[in-house]
Amino acid sequence: MLQENNLENIITTKDLSVFYGSTQAISKINLNIPRNRITAIIGPSGCGKSTLIRCFNRMNDLVPSARVEGEVIYSKQNIYSPNVDPVHIRRQIGMVFQKPNPFPKSVYENIAFGAKINNYQGNMDELVEKSLRQAALWDEVKDELDKSGLALSGGQQQRLCIARALATEPDVILMDEPASALDPIATLKIEELMQDLKEQYTIIIVTHNMQQASRASDYTAFISIDRTRVDDRVGVLVEYDQTSKIFVNPSEKETEDYISGRFG
Amino acid sequence: MNQPKKEHFKENLKKRHSSAKVFYFLLLICLLVGFFTLSVLIIDLAVEGGPWIRSQLFTNYHSRKPEEAGMKSAIVGSLINLGLTGLFSFPLGVGAAIYLEEYAPKNKLTSFINININNLAGVPSIVYGMLGLVVFGRMFGLFAPDSWLVQFFNLPVGKGALGGLQFNLLGIPWLEIRLPFGRTILAGGLTMTMLILPVVIIASREAIRTVPNSIRDAAYALGATKWQMISTQVLPIAFPGILTGIILSLSRAIGETAPLIIMGAFTYVPFLPKSLWDQFTVMPIQIYNWITLPQSEYRIHLAAAGIIVLLAILLSLNAVAVFLRKKFEIHWS
Repeated sequence: MLQENNLENIITTKDLSVFYGSTQAISKINLNIPRNRITAIIGPSGCGKSTLIRCFNRMNDLVPSARVEGEVIYSKQNIYSPNVDPVHIRRQIGMVFQKPNPFPKSVYENIAFGAKINNYQGNMDELVEKSLRQAALWDEVKDELDKSGLALSGGQQQRLCIARALATEPDVILMDEPASALDPIATLKIEELMQDLKEQYTIIIVTHNMQQASRASDYTAFISIDRTRVDDRVGVLVEYDQTSKIFVNPSEKETEDYISGRFG
Repeated sequence: MNQPKKEHFKENLKKRHSSAKVFYFLLLICLLVGFFTLSVLIIDLAVEGGPWIRSQLFTNYHSRKPEEAGMKSAIVGSLINLGLTGLFSFPLGVGAAIYLEEYAPKNKLTSFINININNLAGVPSIVYGMLGLVVFGRMFGLFAPDSWLVQFFNLPVGKGALGGLQFNLLGIPWLEIRLPFGRTILAGGLTMTMLILPVVIIASREAIRTVPNSIRDAAYALGATKWQMISTQVLPIAFPGILTGIILSLSRAIGETAPLIIMGAFTYVPFLPKSLWDQFTVMPIQIYNWITLPQSEYRIHLAAAGIIVLLAILLSLNAVAVFLRKKFEIHWS
């Protein structure tokens, strides 16, 4: 399926299923996420996109009723095996949330937080500057690093959250609809930023904006509700391919219906 | 079925507007009754007690001559009691609140505890006085000469009917421990702690609950452990709210009389407490004591002056609470 050569997979899921209590949210998902690429996860509301992306850094552990079956292989290890510490995984696999959620502290403290809790020994000022530069925010905030993160605009707040995630030196950045609360210009900035970041990082983005997926991603996974199950809404992987293929010439009828706007 | 028609609407604007006006005035009167009563009270206090707020009030103990009588030991007693109560209730209350909000599993035991904390907040204060007397003041009589504990271990208790054990912890002279605590300022502080603890827990939980979950997620996603998330994000954000709750609880505690009388605070204390093991009195008890005396100087003037001092302390505590809340308020956009 994956047509590029020499492509290394950074995350692989094997028959990944998630349950909340007795309700199943996603079923047997098998995905290979390529390194240094942007992979988009699209699909109709409530199909389990967010549930899926929250498996990659074990954020689902925080939901008391959540139960995960199957495997998520990251650097040759199943991150759900009992000897893996989720705290360690979350530093390596950063996350940016739907609504910008800066800490009610200064811009500087927002960036430094992740480094501090992970016992970073290097030069903090340099780390803050580097992270803000990477997130294309440095020029806008360099003179007011002690200003509250909450005083920034929505788009700036979201880039601050990206910079904050970058400051723990992760391999992968998970983005859960990072632009859904932003205006088009701020959205464009985030998308440009993602293109810069993929040089060094692997990005997985959940979006229900199909234009965004087609513009910004290299690979696209289409998740949808399993039509064969009548009683419950369980997300399954319908199609996964290069973004150009998915949007121009999808193999599945359901994918075509979704991207052409016939449902979703 | 009849279709709704325009004629079915009888607007009757005049009646609706006049009832709006009537209720406006009724509500205003409700407010004014409270405001008027409070004003009368404060003006009366100021007239009766104002001239009696002199240096003697703060420097002297109770005296047989009204013009020399003061409430020094009561003011100091109240402040020490307040300090001890704050010292004990802060860690206990906040700790319990953190556990209940961040750690406790959602099960029947937790909801049973929740219900009971709310019930405890409504228990009459005199009940806490009895609790304080039995638990801290007498410690169930465990250290009386005829108790099973004393007889079983052959403890060297005091000779009186109450017995009592006295020793220095680790042999350090100033770490004196007395069991039971007796009618001491330590027992008073602990009794007040029991009294305000439910309110402190409830207020702290409210404050912790106002911290958005998105902040918890953000901390976790950066690789924070649960305790790092709580200590570096939740507590600093909730702190102003927690502090406000504690200060307001303390301002309730400073006005409490009944539990301390039951617990065994004294009415006449002509000295300042030098240690936690000293006897004490507090302002409301002193005021009550003056009101029971026949001379009008005590009954009216000194009591009013005492109430003014008490109100002044209480209002400044509340002002600090309001100030903290305003200063550290976070505007989540």
